Amino acid sequence: MSQILSFPDPSGRGGLALPPDPSRPTLSEAWSDSAGPAASAFVLSALARPGPVLWVQDRVSGLEAGRPYAVGLRREVLLVRAGRTADALMALEMGLGCPALAAVVGEVWGEAPRLDFTATQRLALRAERAGVPCWLIRRAAAPGLSAARERWRVDPLPSAPDPWDARAPGAPRWRAELFRSRTARPGAWQADLSGPADDRAADRLRLAPLAGDGSLVGGGAARPGRAAR
Amino acid sequence: MDRWWAAARRGPDAPPDDRPVILAVEGPHGPVIHGVSRGAALRGARAGQRVVDARAAAPDLEVAWADPADDATWLRRLARWAGRWSPFVAVDGRDGLALDTTGADHLFGGEAEMLRDVEARLSGAGLSARLAVAPSRGAAWALARFGPVRAVCTDLADLDPLPVAALRLPPDPVRALTRLGLKTVGELRAVARPALMRRFARAAPEANPLVRLDQAWGRLPEPLAAPDAPRAPRALLRLAEPVLDPTPLLPDLARTLAARLDRHGEGCRGLRLTVFRTDGETRDVAARLARPTRDPDHMVRLLEGRLEGIDPGFGFDAALLEGLGPERLDAAQPDLTGAVDEAEALARLIDRLAARLGPAAVVRPVLRDSHVPERAQGLVPAAYGMPDGAGGAATVLERPLRPAVLLDPPEPLRVLYAVPEGPPVRLEWRRRRLDVTRYAGPERIAPEWWRDRPGTRLRDYYRVEDAEGCRYWLYREGVIGDRRGGAPRWFMHGLFP
Repeated sequence: MSQILSFPDPSGRGGLALPPDPSRPTLSEAWSDSAGPAASAFVLSALARPGPVLWVQDRVSGLEAGRPYAVGLRREVLLVRAGRTADALMALEMGLGCPALAAVVGEVWGEAPRLDFTATQRLALRAERAGVPCWLIRRAAAPGLSAARERWRVDPLPSAPDPWDARAPGAPRWRAELFRSRTARPGAWQADLSGPADDRAADRLRLAPLAGDGSLVGGGAARPGRAAR
Repeated sequence: MDRWWAAARRGPDAPPDDRPVILAVEGPHGPVIHGVSRGAALRGARAGQRVVDARAAAPDLEVAWADPADDATWLRRLARWAGRWSPFVAVDGRDGLALDTTGADHLFGGEAEMLRDVEARLSGAGLSARLAVAPSRGAAWALARFGPVRAVCTDLADLDPLPVAALRLPPDPVRALTRLGLKTVGELRAVARPALMRRFARAAPEANPLVRLDQAWGRLPEPLAAPDAPRAPRALLRLAEPVLDPTPLLPDLARTLAARLDRHGEGCRGLRLTVFRTDGETRDVAARLARPTRDPDHMVRLLEGRLEGIDPGFGFDAALLEGLGPERLDAAQPDLTGAVDEAEALARLIDRLAARLGPAAVVRPVLRDSHVPERAQGLVPAAYGMPDGAGGAATVLERPLRPAVLLDPPEPLRVLYAVPEGPPVRLEWRRRRLDVTRYAGPERIAPEWWRDRPGTRLRDYYRVEDAEGCRYWLYREGVIGDRRGGAPRWFMHGLFP
């Protein structure tokens, strides 16, 4: 019974919220408490289109959260090292005018007064008009007012067991919580990658609903075939 | 001297014009006068005299130090500015400029009109100048220094009354000729050539009166070595009155430049906008392009964000847009379905970002052939073009597991381990304590002896997961007993998703 209480049912179709579609071309935010690239990997695997990604980092993000590493990322990245939030915003807006990009991702560290409701609204409108997804990865700040259509909080979960070595970390898993959305009902999911562990080029994000206490709803197994895209 | 006055006038109280000032430089026997003001010249001081002698004659002379190196730099800048009258400008000696105005004077309404324009603009910039136009470089030199004001020479016989020093001769041959009674150029010309040839047979060409005479009469060629030939396609806009804001001029300039490039079937890889200020300085901004282009709208958009970088001073009256690095660019047929050219769109985005944030801020990671993690990826400025073939040699069939981000530089860690050679049990990183629950490793990466300096230690990399589920990539530098330093140190190098 606890799972019904902890997880309100939006559709009346059996206690599970429909997973939202994080690959929509709009402005989304991914908040993370850890310095690690959990949010970045979540964002990259949520992208549906192939093509290069414009990755805009402010200065502190580059120092604290590290530079994207092409050997481990396996996606073509165009990195913009912006000094200030204003420069990063300008680069994001410029990138949203280019139809060749798969997505535009901005990484901003800490409180950013420039990234207010007006600025995010501009980004959201541009993204929706251009049909290019725009993601903001925010760290070390409290979520303030924003026009982002979907706001996620992504934190790492203990990884899946490695099939070959019981002591080793395995495939990554994250706890993805949608805390504000215009279209989907908020909820929490366990996210992992659907591709086989040795073929990470075919990474696709897979969301499995999580109960409020962190356990998977429905016996602990991710629902098969419920891929985000 | 003019520069000294300009600096003095910038001060709180302007000095009177008749102040007797001399500029001095160090000579072999004490300070020597380098330049004199009008007031000092009236008191008998002249350039080349020793400062002590001049002060003995006129004790109220004010001595300031000249800076010949700075003067030379400034003269080179003035030479660039003089490019507004003719593309061929060379610095002539330590105080002159030589311009090849062949075919350029009619643009200013004739030679006399051009000289008047030059003098007006130079005096507007606070410079006094002596100008002359002559058929040969030597004659122009002579007339500018010894001839009448704004001399326009059509007949080389005008040189005859000038002293022999006007032939650009050093002091020694001048003294020799004067002793022979040959005081003017006309007298020198009247002497038979074989006699002069015998007399100055051993003189260097620049000290030989005969060579100098032939150069002045144009019998010996003397080309003008302009510092850079105007190779780049350019569009020049001359304004009737000085303006402060170049933004409204840009579309016109870009259209002219694009038309010129189009005529030659070329595109340019860079743009430079130069403004010619009324005070004799030039200012420029440049932008690079990832692909050759001749699209005027794109040029305008690229430069628009950069115009704050131009300091217009009191205004500028000419603007020059140059296309740098012209390359062949054939006309391309756009897609009939109206789809955009994705590579072109990406290149334009890179151009605009690089123009606003600097070329080093927009980088593209390329894979390199190395096992050392920080060397396996190079960040190349994207404005320098696309990498060819996505890095041929670095294409790896089976890639090892690598983190998504790399910390640069690696951050030192404090580590507690159960056995010295074994994996870490507890870490302290960024003042937080992390308990290791799972680990994999070590993966040993040896230093590249052909690139690293001797004594570089090997690295043992571990993939580690802590109790919260964060996954790290850390390494131990060296092993105990490798005789390359003390105890091994630990570093955090990357973060897994």
